[in-house]
Amino acid sequence: MMDNKVKSVCETCAQFNANGLKKLGVNTTDFDFVVALAGNPNTGKSTVFNSLTGLRQHTGNWPGKTVTRAEGGFQYNNQRFKLIDLPGTYSLLSTSEDEEVARNFILFGKPSVTVIVVDASRLERNLNLVLQILEITDKAVLCLNLMDEAARNNIEINTRTLARDLGIPVVPTSARFNKGIPELIQTISELANNKISCKPHRIKNIPKNIEKAVKKLSLEIEKEYPNIPNSRWLAFRLLEGDTQIINALETGEFV
Amino acid sequence: MSNKNIHKILSLSKELRWEIGDDFHDNLAEGIYADAADLVSNAVTKDNSKTKLRLDSKIDKIVTSKIWGFPIMFFVLAVVLWLTIVGANYPSSLLAQILLDDFHPFLKSLATGINMPWWLSGFLIDGVYLSVAWVISVMLPPMAIFFPLFTLLEDFGYLPRVAFNLDTLFKKSGAHGKQALTMSMGFGCNAAGVIATRIIDSPRERLIAIITNNFSLCNGRWPTQILIATIFIGAVVPSTFSGLASLSAVIGIALLGIFFMFFSSWALSKTVLKGEVSTFNLELPPYRPPRFWKTIYTSLIDRTLIVLWRAIVFAAPAGAVIWLISNIYIGNESIAAWVINSLDGFGFLLGLNGIILLAYIVAIPANEIVIPTILMLTVLVTGIAGGKGAGVMFELGSVNATADVLKAGGWTLLTAINVMLFSLLHNPCSTTIYTIYKETKSLKWTTVATIFPIILGFIVTFLVAQIWRILF
Repeated sequence: MMDNKVKSVCETCAQFNANGLKKLGVNTTDFDFVVALAGNPNTGKSTVFNSLTGLRQHTGNWPGKTVTRAEGGFQYNNQRFKLIDLPGTYSLLSTSEDEEVARNFILFGKPSVTVIVVDASRLERNLNLVLQILEITDKAVLCLNLMDEAARNNIEINTRTLARDLGIPVVPTSARFNKGIPELIQTISELANNKISCKPHRIKNIPKNIEKAVKKLSLEIEKEYPNIPNSRWLAFRLLEGDTQIINALETGEFV
Repeated sequence: MSNKNIHKILSLSKELRWEIGDDFHDNLAEGIYADAADLVSNAVTKDNSKTKLRLDSKIDKIVTSKIWGFPIMFFVLAVVLWLTIVGANYPSSLLAQILLDDFHPFLKSLATGINMPWWLSGFLIDGVYLSVAWVISVMLPPMAIFFPLFTLLEDFGYLPRVAFNLDTLFKKSGAHGKQALTMSMGFGCNAAGVIATRIIDSPRERLIAIITNNFSLCNGRWPTQILIATIFIGAVVPSTFSGLASLSAVIGIALLGIFFMFFSSWALSKTVLKGEVSTFNLELPPYRPPRFWKTIYTSLIDRTLIVLWRAIVFAAPAGAVIWLISNIYIGNESIAAWVINSLDGFGFLLGLNGIILLAYIVAIPANEIVIPTILMLTVLVTGIAGGKGAGVMFELGSVNATADVLKAGGWTLLTAINVMLFSLLHNPCSTTIYTIYKETKSLKWTTVATIFPIILGFIVTFLVAQIWRILF
């Protein structure tokens, strides 16, 4: 290794702020913010988790590697962030065990920020989960991971257009090579401190009659719970007849 | 919060559900896909002109092909095993030299120097220290080679291809295709394999995967297989082929384990765990060149040291127990001798002997101490020289010396084959049993998973012994 290596552009940028960063490993006491890490299986979520926390949780190149919730932490600009690595899922609409863990955490755990990790070379398929999460929470950042593989496959992504369309910040990363991680940390911090406000995308291509029903129901929900960010999603679930959500409404678990 | 309003919401939702009809779920899903397509068409451009035929799909065509899929799998398994067996030899004997031949006498003379009572130095140095030293010298080298190799394959992305190849077989045996992944994990450690079954959603298929995971020859059992195969199987062929013969014997046992895994999955799904095979999508991830040093580092820290530590924790008390049962006498006989004599008859029926059975009882906490226990007890009972005294767990300097002790203990080729079979087919180690209980939360299924393989082991070794005795 050369000591007098010329610093990369990234390292000299204000965003890099390596001095303000401290990886805390499993030490997650007295945290200021909770950050959830969600995404499809095999998008490198665990690798992102490791580079954020400095942990060396084993990652494997097969879907479904993370079967339980893993926790870790980092400190940035004197604020402590607790990071929860959720099991990878393709959707939140069915009821397998993994999906429930992920969904319940985003819904009931009320993370300050949700980081949605997607595979840049399989963006369209990954967006299925992203769009569902954006119905539940409005504080999210899209971590466009595996950018190196996308580049190898000649895929170009206009991150600004994507960010504008999704209404949330988009950070391109290659977590395996630690690229984009400082920017991701900076974005997480800004979101947590309300320095960025999101206007998340809402699912649009829905038949008119359903859209009307959803609107009617979500207005009713908002009357009951003002300031709730996910009335539309709750309406979706109620129209689907999701018993868990019905129970949660009855017991008032949302508030 | 008034419940009335919530009921209003709920009844409204019921009403609306009637209005919009059954297609809601599909409509919503379609809506999401349509949105995703819009977003992608705005933001993503793909330059198809430059796209070459992807290397990934080229590799996949070969490693998942009907003709080459299986041979490549066996070849990869053979290479990993061969590297482990050959590579572990030298560091193993070096560690044994240092820990057993040099450091052990030093500790003994130190104990004599400070006038430590014989029973205390025997208990601590011959019991606890030696068992720990043995486990380290025998287990550390193969693990330090096997785990990183396995992890490299995992990171490269080969495991899902194995699952893909084996999927049809699993489906035919009524089990879940992802069981291929948990089975592969079991080759490292069954407790890890049992935990990995969480990736299987259906409880029925998950139970099958848990119960049959023990048929994956685990890390604690590889050294036993390798040692016995080297001594007895390698010896029946000309010396130029002995290495090949013992390697084939070990791979044969591993494949037999896979056969039993399929067979019992099938038997379970036809009897107590009946049900439909659930379908699932297995994404074949792109091949990713593993980050070599990082992988080596994490697999050493995360796996090797953790598994080694566990082995040490269990081996230390086991060493103490062995020393005690060999040195506490009831009448004229030590407890160990007494147990061995009473187990001998049953052992003979199985083509084994009392010593081997007692060793398997003592080794319930950790499979890796089976061979040292057998050697120690053999020396104790036959009274031949070469060991370090009653109840001392030890390893002999060379494979030849080990062979001499075992032959003096009455071992034949049949004994060796049946020890290899029994090592494959017996109860899981106590850590795995505990893990099974934690994962299933059911005493019943834990008992089944514990008893089932050992009954199978009794049946198989009994049949082999009877047929052998008729033939030869």
